[in-house]
Amino acid sequence: MRLKLKIWRQQSRSAAGKFVSYPMDDANPDMSMLECLDVLNERLIEAGEDPVAFEHDCREGICGSCGFMINGVAHGPLPATTVCQLTLRHFKEGQELVLEPWRARAFPLIKDLVVDRRSFDRIISSGGYVSVSTGSAPDGNAILVSKESADRAMDAAACIGCGACVAACPNASAALFTGAKIAHLGILPQGKPERDVRALRMVAQMNAEGFGGCTNIGECTGVCPKEIPLEVIAAMNRDYIRGSWRERDNLVTTIRPFTEWSTGSKLKVDRATE
Amino acid sequence: MATTVLGARDVRPARFWASTNGKKAVMAVTGAILFLFVIGHMLGNLQIFEGPEKLNDYGHFLHSVPEILWAVRSVLIVSVVLHIWASVQLAVRKTKARPVGYSHRDNIASSYASRTMYWSGPILLAFVIYHLLHLTAGVIQPGGEFVPADVYHNVVAGFQVWYVSAWYVFSMVLLAFHIRHGAWSMFQSVGFNHPRHTPILKKGALALAILIAAGYISVPVSVMLGVVK
Repeated sequence: MRLKLKIWRQQSRSAAGKFVSYPMDDANPDMSMLECLDVLNERLIEAGEDPVAFEHDCREGICGSCGFMINGVAHGPLPATTVCQLTLRHFKEGQELVLEPWRARAFPLIKDLVVDRRSFDRIISSGGYVSVSTGSAPDGNAILVSKESADRAMDAAACIGCGACVAACPNASAALFTGAKIAHLGILPQGKPERDVRALRMVAQMNAEGFGGCTNIGECTGVCPKEIPLEVIAAMNRDYIRGSWRERDNLVTTIRPFTEWSTGSKLKVDRATE
Repeated sequence: MATTVLGARDVRPARFWASTNGKKAVMAVTGAILFLFVIGHMLGNLQIFEGPEKLNDYGHFLHSVPEILWAVRSVLIVSVVLHIWASVQLAVRKTKARPVGYSHRDNIASSYASRTMYWSGPILLAFVIYHLLHLTAGVIQPGGEFVPADVYHNVVAGFQVWYVSAWYVFSMVLLAFHIRHGAWSMFQSVGFNHPRHTPILKKGALALAILIAAGYISVPVSVMLGVVK
């Protein structure tokens, strides 16, 4: 099948970017979107051109590495699907596909379709964990979890951290991601002891990263490849308000957002300070 | 041991306000207060259909104890100020959060009302200012002289001017849009969302938005049609 790819090409963060059109006359309808880019890249490499940079890892929709905008929708038109699982048969013959990276201040561009999502890592490390005593494995069923709690926690834990929620949000808010990470631990008994401080710390980090505020419009849920419900944002708000009210000590610190790479990095990316 | 220097951000309410979530919680509570006011105001307005005496008596009753009147007005003014202050700060944050925009981005899951809150809000503010100058302070007198004690006369005279009625109807439609999103979104902002109850809240918000707008719009329409004169 024939497709026309219009891809955002940008050499580095400081370089100017532009759309470049690539005709794909030999695309197979059974290819995934990423395989289509693989074919294009082979052609570009053979021609001595710079291949299109895009992030990928498992290619089975569970790692959260891949993702870009296709015709203005994060992860493309198919609901609950990452771009690695999106096959070309869902597009029309001869259709033009505009591929654009996630755009947010907290997701600075690295190259072409690849953005730096370490802001998500910093939100997780600020409170997205459960403190446990190490030692032998706990007895099964020592802590009882109701079926409903287990299901709700699992629904929130399905988040793969791909960043589509931020990309689709008109406010570039990370509320759905942060909410999912707060909810999947806060619902379970193991996560209850740190529930208040977790919400305070993760929300503080989310706000320090420069994401926008949530206006509850629901675009995030619409594009989420794991269909995380808007309910997790309410869970975050609830835990945050509760935590702010009950807070006894000033335990909240944030990690300074950094967008640079260590000087030892072999990556040929922009190291210039902004 | 290092001493901790307490800055503005270390005071709990200031930190709460500084976060986007805290601001949205404040917007939810102040929005709820304004929402209740809007319902009460509409019910008061509908007394115009019971004749001049009834409406003027009601107006007189509201002004009977100035302390209570100003206490209520203070709550409303504080609510309006906080609601706008938070939304302006969030709007500034929004513009900073995406310095490089998309060439094209589709909306696939959100309602029109929810995406236009930043439009319906400021226009409603402009309307409220006009409305207060027209029917509370009497500074603007589009339809003849303002008589402080004769609410009925002021309303009928004002709405007989076509552009006053048109501006009123337009603003009330925007109010309906604002309520359609705000009336359920405030529950989400203070942390309430339940897969069974939130759909009911959304339907309830839509129903109330239509009822409130219809209630308000019925007054200028009746004046223009000559039902109320």
